[in-house]
Amino acid sequence: MMQIEQIDTVPEHERALADLLAGRYPDERGRYGAFGGRYVPETLIPAHERLERGARRWLADAEFQSELDQQLRDWVGRPTPISPAPHLSKRWGAQVWLKREDLAHTGAHKINNALGQALLARRLGARRVVAETGAGQHGVASAAACARVGLPCTVYMGEVDMARQAPNVGRMKLLGATVVAVASGDRTLRAAIDEALRDWVSDPTSSYYLLGSAVGAHPYPYIVRELQAIIGREARAQMLEHAGALPDLVVACVGGGSNAIGLFHAFLGDRSVAMLGVEAGGRGAGLGDNAATLVYGHPGVLHGSYSMLLQDRHGQIQETHSISAGLDYPGVGPEHALLASIGRVRYEAASDDEALAAVKECCECEGILPAIESAHALAGARRWAASHPGTRILVGVSGRGDKDMLTLTQSLLAPLASALKEAQP
Amino acid sequence: MTATSSPAGTVLPHERIVSALRDAAKHGQPALVAFLTAGFPSRERFREHLAAVASEADVVEIGVPFSDPMADGVTIQRSSEQALRAGVTLSWILEQLGSQPPLATPLLLMSYMNPLLAFGLTALAKHAVRVGVCGFIVPDLPFDESEYLRVALSPHGLALVQMVTPVTPPERLARVAGASQGFVYAVTMTGTTGNKAAAPKEIADYLVRVRAAASVPVCAGFGIRAREQVEALRGMVDGVIVGSALVEVLERGESPQPWLAALRPPRR
Repeated sequence: MMQIEQIDTVPEHERALADLLAGRYPDERGRYGAFGGRYVPETLIPAHERLERGARRWLADAEFQSELDQQLRDWVGRPTPISPAPHLSKRWGAQVWLKREDLAHTGAHKINNALGQALLARRLGARRVVAETGAGQHGVASAAACARVGLPCTVYMGEVDMARQAPNVGRMKLLGATVVAVASGDRTLRAAIDEALRDWVSDPTSSYYLLGSAVGAHPYPYIVRELQAIIGREARAQMLEHAGALPDLVVACVGGGSNAIGLFHAFLGDRSVAMLGVEAGGRGAGLGDNAATLVYGHPGVLHGSYSMLLQDRHGQIQETHSISAGLDYPGVGPEHALLASIGRVRYEAASDDEALAAVKECCECEGILPAIESAHALAGARRWAASHPGTRILVGVSGRGDKDMLTLTQSLLAPLASALKEAQP
Repeated sequence: MTATSSPAGTVLPHERIVSALRDAAKHGQPALVAFLTAGFPSRERFREHLAAVASEADVVEIGVPFSDPMADGVTIQRSSEQALRAGVTLSWILEQLGSQPPLATPLLLMSYMNPLLAFGLTALAKHAVRVGVCGFIVPDLPFDESEYLRVALSPHGLALVQMVTPVTPPERLARVAGASQGFVYAVTMTGTTGNKAAAPKEIADYLVRVRAAASVPVCAGFGIRAREQVEALRGMVDGVIVGSALVEVLERGESPQPWLAALRPPRR
């Protein structure tokens, strides 16, 4: 059905991996193998070209990097630690290490990208920043970064997400952002991206679109990867320092895939390191019941790039379901589509229930409340440990679960609440 | 058969678009290119609405509804959503077109890329030409990404209409406008469809540049809803494209012919 060539032989996989390791992806057309590209309205082409030139220039600029590094240290709190997880290790029969992005300022890895792009926006002379948000974490990070950098920020957020992530809406407002409720489409992240793009289409010269995940048209997946790769660079050095060896497995949750690409990138060349991306398995395998794009999807074009998508046979994008708003997206970054197609990273789905069980287990064992998104990675790690006893596993804890209290009250805490009620005379 | 030359006596689909626009514009008033969302406001009355629009317009764009119409404003978002809910698909549209006698007015399909990919580009070109489609407009497929589609369309003589905008740099504008077939879709503003049009002076300069670069007619679109706007474009473009405003007419249950006819400035 597809017109665009897929690669499916072992030597071709090896060549694609070699190209990736040699820094040849994205190529000059913004492609990661067959995936990626720039499928945007003509109105946005000059803005993307300007952004590409700006990103290539500034991300390689020593002064920009030093400003970014300083802000990452003084304001974000980097490097984030790596924590041994002794109790999970004992339970799972493995050596479990956690990369603690939950300890970054604003509570998730999103700040790495938001800060970097806000600094980039200022260098490029933007007068305002537009962002979309799903779980609210990227919105909060963007609002905070824009406040820090001194740019006004407008955040588009689906009505459904605003209801389930209400505390983050308040945080964005406190941080000075204008939050626009999106009532069109599916009223979640996907509709918010559509709306943010429409905003940018109407004012592409003085606005900067601060995209929050490793998705979208070139150069966004590249920019986001470059700004998130610090997670893996730190984690790799920390593993060597604290564990004395590289991990056997690196695990991260994947929605659009920004924390995963950030964590994975430094390890791609380490042949001994297996990698696992865990997508939102939701309620099951049916179309509309999950957000596991790489596990269940088919290639297509959405939001500017050719990647894997959850779509029907007519090419209509499907509504997704996940208990975690941050993974509730029908697409995935093009670089993940490449990594899946060449088999360098394995992608699996963890269900809502598995993720909730992992939240509970991590809280009880390690005194860490992970975001429900991150709990998908823990669920995947646990499954892997069962078949690979004794191995070293590095899990990306992409964010903290404080924002999920409403969802957790209605799920994990619900039996407790009803039990307490019944116990009363 | 190639896209650029036709056997004696046959007119290729992309040439039909050019002729229809040039014929309509020969008295100096811009030709009318009209857009309607397939199956909106009624799936059952699609062919009736299409025939009504085609009887007044010089070229018709049929919108293939998509779940994520990121370049469209609220009107076309709404019409797309409703058409999708009614079960409109690209296959259904082709089926409807195939089940009626061919229309004299050239038809184009306007679709986002993903429904076309899902159908399969090679099969699509074959089906489309059989049911009288003359070309395609794909708002999220910039020229740089269009090779696969052009390769599929070209053996059938189907046009791929390229868009240019006031912010397109001159060198790119020349390249993109030069490669467009059927007509050049000159976006007259930088917003989504359905918004108000921009200031006329800059637009005039821009349209001069587009015309200089194009080898096919130039049609201006985005934001056209009244005859004064069409009047203002007289002499600057070969045609005007009406989209959101016409969709609203259909949505209100009004007849499209008198509304479209009223857009045409009187002949001088």
